Formats: sequence, C-alpha cells, structure tokens
Amino acid sequence: MLPTVWFVAIAVLWLGYLLLEGFDLGVGMHMLVTARSEGERRVMLNTIGPVWDGNEVWLLVAGAGTFAAFPLWYASLFSVLYVPLTLVLLGLIARAAAIEFRGKVHDARWARAWDLAIGIGSAVTAFGIGAGLALTTTGLPIDGNGDRVGGPFAWLNGWAVLGGLAVVGFCLVHGAAFLALKTDGSVRRRAGRLVVRGAPVALLPIVGWVLGVGLLTGGVVSWALVVVAVVAIVFAWLRARSGREGWAFVGIAAFLAAGAGSLFAAVYPVVLPSTIDPAWNLTVANASSSPYTLGVMTVVAACGLPLVLAYQAWSYWVFRRRIDVRHIPGLQEQPVLLHR
Amino acid sequence: MDPLDIARWQFGITTVYHFLMVPLTLGLGPVVGFLQWRWVRTADERWLRLTKFFGKLYLVNFIVGVATGIVQEFQFGMAWSEYSRYVGDVFGAPLAMEGLFAFFFESTFLGLWIFGWGRLPKRIHLATLWIAVLGSIVSAFFIIVANSWMQHPVGVRLVDGRPRLVDIWAVLTNSTALAAYAHTITGAFAVAGGFLLGIAWYQLWRRRHDGIDVVRADRTLHIGSDPDDAGRDVADHAVWIRALRIGAVVAIVGFAGVAVTGDLQGKLLFQQQPMKMAVAEAACETGTGFSVLSIGDVGSTDCTGVTAVIEIPGLLSFLANGDTTTTVEGVKDLLPAYQAEYGRTLPKGPLYGARSGRPVDYVPDMQVTYWGFRIMIGFGGVAAFAAAVALWLTRRGTVPASRWLARLAVLGILAPFGANAAGWIFTELGRQPFVVAPNPTPGGVDGVFMFTAAAVSPGVTSGELLFSLIGLALVYAVLLVVEVVLLVRYVRGGVAAAMPELRREPAHDEDDDVLAFAY
Ligand code: HDD
Ligand code: HEM
Ligand code: HEM
Repeated sequence: MLPTVWFVAIAVLWLGYLLLEGFDLGVGMHMLVTARSEGERRVMLNTIGPVWDGNEVWLLVAGAGTFAAFPLWYASLFSVLYVPLTLVLLGLIARAAAIEFRGKVHDARWARAWDLAIGIGSAVTAFGIGAGLALTTTGLPIDGNGDRVGGPFAWLNGWAVLGGLAVVGFCLVHGAAFLALKTDGSVRRRAGRLVVRGAPVALLPIVGWVLGVGLLTGGVVSWALVVVAVVAIVFAWLRARSGREGWAFVGIAAFLAAGAGSLFAAVYPVVLPSTIDPAWNLTVANASSSPYTLGVMTVVAACGLPLVLAYQAWSYWVFRRRIDVRHIPGLQEQPVLLHR
Repeated sequence: MDPLDIARWQFGITTVYHFLMVPLTLGLGPVVGFLQWRWVRTADERWLRLTKFFGKLYLVNFIVGVATGIVQEFQFGMAWSEYSRYVGDVFGAPLAMEGLFAFFFESTFLGLWIFGWGRLPKRIHLATLWIAVLGSIVSAFFIIVANSWMQHPVGVRLVDGRPRLVDIWAVLTNSTALAAYAHTITGAFAVAGGFLLGIAWYQLWRRRHDGIDVVRADRTLHIGSDPDDAGRDVADHAVWIRALRIGAVVAIVGFAGVAVTGDLQGKLLFQQQPMKMAVAEAACETGTGFSVLSIGDVGSTDCTGVTAVIEIPGLLSFLANGDTTTTVEGVKDLLPAYQAEYGRTLPKGPLYGARSGRPVDYVPDMQVTYWGFRIMIGFGGVAAFAAAVALWLTRRGTVPASRWLARLAVLGILAPFGANAAGWIFTELGRQPFVVAPNPTPGGVDGVFMFTAAAVSPGVTSGELLFSLIGLALVYAVLLVVEVVLLVRYVRGGVAAAMPELRREPAHDEDDDVLAFAY
C-alpha cells in the first residue's frame, strides 16, 4: 500500500516539475530563438525571474524523494544515466548562473553570452530529463543488482531520443503559452501565434511516447487518461486560437497531467524495467524503502507539500501582472542594448 | 585509473567548492535580515543602503551555491549507487526533508524578496527575506544530519545486511549532528563577519585615500563627501563604519561559538571515531599530550619518524574528556583493534570486484588530517584576533591610512573560508577508509559500516567519471572567476553600485509603471 502511495507521490513530483519548470525551460529557449530584441529578451526573462528557482526545486525533491522512497530505483536510474545526467547538471548550472548574472553588467556581448547559456542550458536540460524519463518507462539494460550492462552509452536508443524531443517540444509550447499569458505587446502576440501554429508539430513526440508506452504496457487506466489528454489538448488549441490565453494554458497543463499520468499508470507496478531480463525489473515492491521509512516520509510529505503548494501559489499571485517592454527599467538608459 | 579514486576526487572537489558559497550564504543571510529589520524599524536610510549593498552580494553568492548544490544531490545516485542502495532506507529521508522543508522555502521566498521591493508591503517584504534565511538555516540542519549519520550511524537495525531505519528521531537528534550543526552555523558567522569587516575596511580606507575623510592633526575626524559621486556622501561613512563594527562583532562571536562547539565535537570524536582523533593529533603513542607541532614524516602510516616538537601535556586529554589524566589511545594501539574488528583485507564479494582482498589501511591520511585540523583552528583564530584588533584601530571612527593594512583586511576575508574548507577536509578524510564509519559507542549498531571502496557505482566507468569531473571542474572554474569579478565590481562600486537610484535623477523613478527590480 505505502509503496504504491509513494509511487503516486513520485509521479506527482515529476509532474510538478514538468508543469512548472516546463514553462521556464521553454521561456529560456524562446529567449534564444523567438525574441527579436534586447527588450523582448528581458521581458521574457522577467516573467520567470521570481519563480524559476522555486520551480527547479521540484526536480531536487523528485530526486531526493525517489532516493528516500525507492533507493534502488534512484541508484540504478541515476548511475545508468551517468552521461546524460552530467549534461543535465551542466545545463542547469549554466542556466542558473546565467539568469542571475546576465543583468549584472551592462554590455551587449556579456548579455549575449549569457543568453546562449540560458537557451542552450534549457534545451539540454529538457532533452536530458525527457530522455531519462522515457527510459524509466521503457527500460534500461540493468542486471540483477541494478547495475548497467554495456558501456557508457548502453542506454541510448530511440526511446531516449523520442523522450528528449518530447520534453523539448512540450517546453516550447508550454513556454509560449506562458509568455502569452504573462506578457503584453509584441511578445504576447508572437507567443500566442506560436502556440497555435507550433503545438501540432512540437507535441508530436510526446504523443508518440505516450501512445508507444500505452501499446507496450498500457491498461484501462492509462488509455482512459490518453483520452483525457487528447480532449485537453484539443480544448487548449481551440482556446489558444480564439486568444483565450488563460484557458489555453490550463488546457496544456491538463494535457501534461493526463499524459504523464497515463505513462506512470502504464508502467505500474514496475518502476524501472530491465531490458535484459524481466526478472530483474525494479518494481514498486522490490525497490522501495521499509514501511517505517515510507511512513515517516508520508507524514513529512503530508505536512510539507500542501504548504509548498500554498506559498508557491501565493508567489504566482503576487507576480500576476503582465510584463511589457515599458516596465523594464534601464532600457531607456542603455540604447546600445536595444538593437542586436 | 580506478573509478573509485576519480569519484572521490570529484566528490571532494565539488563539495569543498559548494562549501565556499554555503557558509557565506548561511552567515550573511541573517546579517542582511538584521540590516533590513533595522531599516524597517528606524526608517534610517543608512540601514537601507547596507541592506541593498550586502543583499546584492548575498544574491550573487547564493546563486552559485544553488547551482553547485544540485550537483551534490545527484552525485549520490550517479557516482555512489552502491552507497545509495546500502544507506537508502536512512539517508534519503533527510535529503527529501531538506528539499521539502528548506529548499522550497528558500527559493520561493528569495524570489519574492528579490522582486518584491516596492511591490510588497515593507513588513511582509522583510518577512520574505527572513523566511528564506530560515530556509537556509534549516537546510543546513538536514544535510548535517545526513552527513553525521555517516560519521556516527544511529537509529537503525541491520536487516538482510543493510541498515534499516527504526527511529527517525534518533537520527535527527544524533549527538554528532547537533554538535556539528552548531559548529557549522557558528563557522558560517565567522565567514560573514570577516566578509563585512574586510569590505567595510576597504571602503573606509578608500574614502581616506581619496581625501574624502580626513584625520586632522588633533586626531579628530572630518567626514566629507565626494562631489563627483552622489553615492559617497557623509552618510556613506556611517554606513561603512557600522558595517565594520557589525562585522567584527559577528566574527568574534562566531569564533567563540566555534571554539565551544568544536570542543564538544572533539569529545564526541574521541568516543565515536578514536582513530580520526588520534590521526588529527598525529598521536602515534598512547598518552595525554597535545601536539602543537610535530615534525618528521607525519604522513607515514606506521608512525616511524614522527616527533612531537612542542607538546602540551594533558591538553589532548582535556580535549577528549575534560580532564588532564585520561590517556588517549594512539594510532599504534588503535590499529590492531580496528584490524581485529573489521578485518585486515577488503571482504571478497562482487561489491569489491577487483578490489576484494586488498589490505585495508585504517589510518587516514595523517598529513591532511593533522594539518587540516590546525589550519581550521589557526585561520579561524587569526581572523577573530584580527577582528578584535580592527575594533580597536577604528575606535575613533575610521581606519588607518595604511595601504598594507587595507590589503590585509581584504585578504583576511579568505581566512575563515579556508578554515571551513579545512574543517571539512579533516572531517571527511579522517573518516576513511569508511564511508559510513562504524559506531563503537554504547547504542552503536553492530555491522553498520561501509568501506568507501564498496560505495562507488559498479557500472560506471572511469571514462564517464573523468568526463564529469573535467566538465564540472571547468564550469566551476569559470563560475568562480565570474562570481569573484562581480563581487569585486560591486565592492568597488560601493553602495551606489547596488542602489543606482542614489546617482539617478529622482524624476526617472516617478513612473511607477517601471519595475523596482528586473533582471
Ligand atoms: C570558520 C570555521 C571554523 C573554525 C574557526 C573552527 N572550525 Fe571546526 N569545523 C568547521 C569549521 C571551523 C566546519 C567546516 O564547519 C566543520 C567540518 C565538519 C563540521 O561539522 O564542521 C569542522 C569540524 C570540526 C571537527 C570535526 C568533527 C568530526 O569530524 O566529527 C572538530 C573536532 C572541530 N571542528 C573542532 C574545532 C575546534 C576545537 C576549533 C577551535 C576553535 C574549531 N573547530 C574551529
Ligand atoms: C551531508 C553532507 C555530506 C555528505 C553526505 C558527504 C558524503 C561524502 C561521500 C559519499 C564521499 C565519498 C566517499 C569518500 O571518499 O569518503 C565524501 C567524500 C568527501 N567529502 Fe563529504 N559529504 C558531505 C559534506 C561534505 C562537505 C560539506 C565537504 C566539504 C566542503 C565534504 C568534503 C568531502 C571530501 C573532501 C571528500 C573526499 C574524501 C576522499 O578523498 O575520500 N563533504 N563525502
Ligand atoms: C553533499 C551534501 C550536500 C548536498 C546534497 C547539498 C545539496 C544542495 C542543493 C541541491 C542546493 C540548491 C538548493 C536550491 O536550488 O535552492 C544547496 C544549496 C545550499 N546548501 Fe547544500 N548540499 C550539501 C552540502 C551542504 C552543507 C554541508 C551545508 C551546510 C552546512 C549546505 C547548505 C546549503 C545552503 C545554505 C544552500 C543555499 C544556497 C547556497 O549555498 O548559497 N549544503 N545544497
């Protein structure tokens, strides 16, 4: 019972991560590819400025929660994916430093260099997380002890690439929907158009991943959730087309929740399949901590998570105002920065 | 190259690096919180200047701490998977609690603080900072709990060869953790105090150097203002002398705290990890004396050729047990006991792979532990002494004009950082060859220990580890350069660098559509 509760809890933590950091990774990429001027880049950056660090903690807690509740899952997944996770770490470091440092020196080349770090760091992070999550749903070459068989790239296969593209694509759409909701003026218009035109293509990989896993191991619950996801994304697209940014954003979030739910439901009770021998699968039962530890963690999560949700919601409320180029201080004073 | 060695180097480098940012965050946070509280209470603009200035430095440093902390969290699974499997039932819990109860608070409320200037009511804005700061302080607790469990495992039972958590309360109130936590927090205050002191000294010295503040022949101080820089007015002097005094007091209090709590830790160490204590003292022979200086080959395992040059009789005994007569066992007597208890060679088994059967060296690197201990105490002591001297030298309201003293004050910022790093290197290397040290005290759990050689990820290759080690080291080097360059720029720029509104025409700010702060 408790291991299943914790399986759901881990799924929720990953969902929280993808939902929240999903848009700030997307905004990071859009700073590099979508923004047309220094003013627009700063508008974009400031939409995530107060919240990105809080969003990133969802990843830490998803990782640490897995460590606490399913140590064997954590140990195998992280050690087998050594190379992609190293790249994720480098991406996260580059991004964090860039967001903080970018505005600290008023110089166009300095800003440009950190823009690259934000954009590329975001893309690498999204890709690596996607690859890792896809592989945890489709399997890794692990032996009876949970260790990798084969070299440093034994994990690399089509699922990894598909999952990577899936999360990158999702972040781009989610980020655009977020920008449309949080900005005004040129960024808002362009981001809104991007959701409508880009979503049908950018979301293909994530749809492929969800359907693929559904076909492999899916059951009634996972297929039901697939239906919910389809309804949600069609709704989101129609709303985006009629300029209802709030509803579009909600629809995309619901799409992700249902899609991720479908993935986790499809693999349950396996947490990490072995592609070598199903007897070596890590499951909810054989990878979890003792009932006592899970009990402690349940109390901790029951106290902690509602609190976190409440104050993170409050912080989004405090920063609810749309941002526009004219709100950004200092732009008038550094005209050099306006053209690139 | 053995993956084990690379993994150890990687862990050591990344944690020591992380711990350059951490104590500054831990110590400076409450100080900035205090400064802002004074401002909210008194509406004295000088407190606001201090808040903004040190708040800026705090944030630049904070972010590097965040960026490097993520690496730490992932590394247990990536490079130490066997360790994670062995300790998972116990060790993951404090890490998860840290995330839920500390990192979420820290990151969310710091975001509110940074962007909340001018948007949140003053008191709520102050509260957001304090919540973030408390988050840091709580985070340090949970991570120290995790680390202390490796030093002194408690609250578990051995089931199927693995420790299983039976008492979370025992883990959270581990004596080792409580002492280490108090010690680390006070050590962080020593860092923050030195930081304030060095920077304030430099600024006051610059004001004298530029002829703004003048000490007249009758030794009275004339405080002036810089006609070319609105940031360096009369109030600016008060800002820095205040910062200097706060810094000096914090540094001295921090050191006093460190000395008291360090003494506690020493006593625990004597019971819990006698070998670490003996090695830290280069105490080869059983006895009672404390070596102030030992020469010869302190690193030789068999203790041949180590001679204590200066020794204080009874002091080691005092450190260990609070009296002058308890004899403290030396390395030569401890070694056979360890060998009898835990074996002379690494066990055979798949965990150890090619390492099975290798002899175990129970004596941690003496050179490093011995000097690590002394550098920690020495650097910390020197910094605290310097802080007291600084208070005396500035009693008339400004610093001496000496360029050398100014350089020394700035350089002195580094000493408490060095003390902290040395303390950790001593703690962690002194734990070798165990990653989870056995717990010999009453209440200890038989069989709960792990050799570092068994902890590394079995499937991960040297190539992968080298790749991450080099990648991280390069990125960390760049980060360090950028951080230091930015900090130096802000320090040079003075308060106006962090408060551009001091220099700007007031008319600009009238437009309240513009964000008070933006990236
Ligand atoms: C400003 C920093 C600083 C200063 C001045 C001191 N320490 Fe320290 N010390 C640390 C910073 C530190 C640390 C980095 O915070 C450590 C590493 C692990 C820990 O818990 O704290 C540490 C560890 C540490 C340990 C090892 C605990 C263990 O391995 O279990 C002992 C015995 C002491 N200290 C004792 C002292 C004494 C007697 C000091 C005398 C004044 C002292 N320290 C000054
Ligand atoms: C909760 C906190 C910490 C945990 C759980 C932890 C754990 C570990 C682990 C797993 C290793 C690798 C195994 C080994 O070689 O012993 C290690 C090594 C090391 N750690 Fe820690 N550590 C912590 C905090 C720190 C901090 C804050 C520092 C210093 C700033 C530090 C310094 C080192 C060093 C220098 C090594 C290398 C020792 C060696 O070469 O064997 N540790 N630690
Ligand atoms: C190896 C063990 C450690 C791990 C796994 C670890 C993990 C982390 C992580 C993930 C973060 C980033 C949090 C965020 O995104 O907001 C962080 C930052 C932080 N950590 Fe560590 N940490 C370790 C050692 C330590 C120790 C020993 C202390 C204190 C005694 C400490 C205190 C802090 C503080 C105060 C921060 C706030 C940001 C900053 O450092 O500037 N950490 N740590």
